[in-house]
Amino acid sequence: MDGRGARAMALSASGFTLRNVNMETIINIEGLTKTYAGGVVALKRVDLAVRKGEILALLGPNGAGKTTLINIVCGLVTPSSGAITVAGSDIARDYRAARSLIGLVPQELHTDAFEAVIASVRFSRGLFGKPRNDAFLEQLLKDLSLWDKRNAKIMELSGGMKRRVMIAKALSHEPDILFLDEPTAGVDVELRRDMWAMVRAMRARGVTIVLTTHYIEEAEEMADRVGVISNGEILVVDETAALMKKLGRRTLILTLTEPHEQAPAELAEWNLSLRGDGHELVYEFDANAESSGVPSLLRRMSDIGMGFKDLNTSQSSLEDIFVGLVNEAKAE
Amino acid sequence: MIKNIHGIAAIYRFEMARFRRTFWTSLIMPVITTSLYFIVFGSAIGSRMTEIGGVPYGAFIVPGLIMLSMLTESISNASFGIYMPKWAGTIYEILSAPISPLETVIAYVGAAATKSVIIGVIILLTANLFVDVTIAHPFLMALFLVTIAVTFCLFGFAIGIWAKSFEQLQAIPMLVVFPLTFLGGAFYALEMLPPFWRSVTLFNPLVYLISGFRWTFFGEGDVSIGVSIGATLLFLTICLTTIFWMFRTGYRLKT
Ligand SMILES: Nc1ncnc2c1ncn2[C@@H]1O[C@H](COP(=O)(O)OP(=O)(O)OP(=O)(O)O)[C@@H](O)[C@H]1O
Ligand SMILES: [Mg+2]
Repeated sequence: MDGRGARAMALSASGFTLRNVNMETIINIEGLTKTYAGGVVALKRVDLAVRKGEILALLGPNGAGKTTLINIVCGLVTPSSGAITVAGSDIARDYRAARSLIGLVPQELHTDAFEAVIASVRFSRGLFGKPRNDAFLEQLLKDLSLWDKRNAKIMELSGGMKRRVMIAKALSHEPDILFLDEPTAGVDVELRRDMWAMVRAMRARGVTIVLTTHYIEEAEEMADRVGVISNGEILVVDETAALMKKLGRRTLILTLTEPHEQAPAELAEWNLSLRGDGHELVYEFDANAESSGVPSLLRRMSDIGMGFKDLNTSQSSLEDIFVGLVNEAKAE
Repeated sequence: MIKNIHGIAAIYRFEMARFRRTFWTSLIMPVITTSLYFIVFGSAIGSRMTEIGGVPYGAFIVPGLIMLSMLTESISNASFGIYMPKWAGTIYEILSAPISPLETVIAYVGAAATKSVIIGVIILLTANLFVDVTIAHPFLMALFLVTIAVTFCLFGFAIGIWAKSFEQLQAIPMLVVFPLTFLGGAFYALEMLPPFWRSVTLFNPLVYLISGFRWTFFGEGDVSIGVSIGATLLFLTICLTTIFWMFRTGYRLKT
């Protein structure tokens, strides 16, 4: 199978299910559409199968429909059409079975300001139908560095601490599936590191994790698979490594010693562009191609005596990737 | 039908903890207002009113006084209980939990009704300090007290779901229920009104509840006890139906 064929395969829904035939699916979403009261179509016939035990990252820009998708599965938003099962239970008909498996950390911080941390976490556990288990909650709060704060009122905690409380509440009933809606928004480096450590530990225990993010790096670092979502549609779902390969367009930026009006004709085959008042030469290339064209470009530049003082490469932005994926989907 | 007992207990305990945080204000308030009513109505006015239907005026106003506080307290407690999580966003947890609408209502309304009954009993005890209160049908009185607390907590719960602002939340108890109770014979017998106003008053649904409650104290009311019980149950059914419709359609709870 050539590169294009493989890509087409991953992009088409049927190709995706074929590849999944031997994987146990824990959440199955079929033909999910959501039109909000105001007329906004947030999801358009979305199909998605989350595999048991995986970390799935939903990657997409603002307004893509990530939160809507999560909120529908968790019962906060009613779908306009479509069918969803969680471990075989329909989320509408068999909501008790479906929901008791799920823990949700929503995007926004919603906490009971006047409650003590421990009381709030105990409440969540009870709410999900589990008998009181203080030993378990003690360990949970310790794991999240909240034990010292257990008697503090939630309003006395910092934003990061509140987020930990939300996580503790979501985990208090020992769910098999954890939804993290933008877990790293407004979170400092340390908490972010803790959070990822916790997510990995959960995964090691067999918990399935679905998280959303705006950042490719984050998806790449954490997820087993990544689903790219834009404008209410899932453009592609694939193994992280395979996807990164596909998305692996990089940009080389050379800061020139002298500004140029336009790229010299000798370098035409590289399709270069200029920016920064002609001080920067920009070359976009495929990092996974057999030859990136970078060494030959640099050689040619030195041949024609074009000097540069600095050199930088960067991953293409999420925006570029979406544009690329959308165009590709249209072309097929 | 009821499966998530732990869930009901969790919400009930959460609500009771919320009441406990304002324990003193919520208990001292009815004591003070009851005392004020007795000083003004019981002593100042009552001394000139003597008796209504063989009952001393001071004792006559006790059932109405209990109703006045219980109705407003029931509505504001229950509406606040569900409005707060909606407003603060913490409702997400309730909506995502494996708990049925019935279980949710039992927990919230149960907690609010518990508080209302406690307040009703406190008013009764306070009143006893000022006048001798004899209760003709104690068992029926207790039943009425609980039923009315539950009914109005259901009503409050529906208002809490419906309300989009704190203003709306307070409007119904203050602008509708308080005046209707006041004009519903809380402090007078309907037969004291001119015939025209007596007929108008019969359109006030609270007349039937207050009259029924008074009947359990003195063995007589403005309307027959059967009508009172019927009206109470009718109102209870309306509230229950409304709430289940709200949950089923996700009315103002889900988008
Ligand atoms: N309650 C609502 N009523 C009407 N429209 C809504 C509502 N919630 C979301 N939307 C719209 O639905 C679309 C998808 O929103 P959603 O919150 O799911 O996006 P998202 O991918 O989570 O975005 P972000 O990254 O900003 O969190 C947006 O156009 C948004 O404006
Ligand atoms: Mg979102």
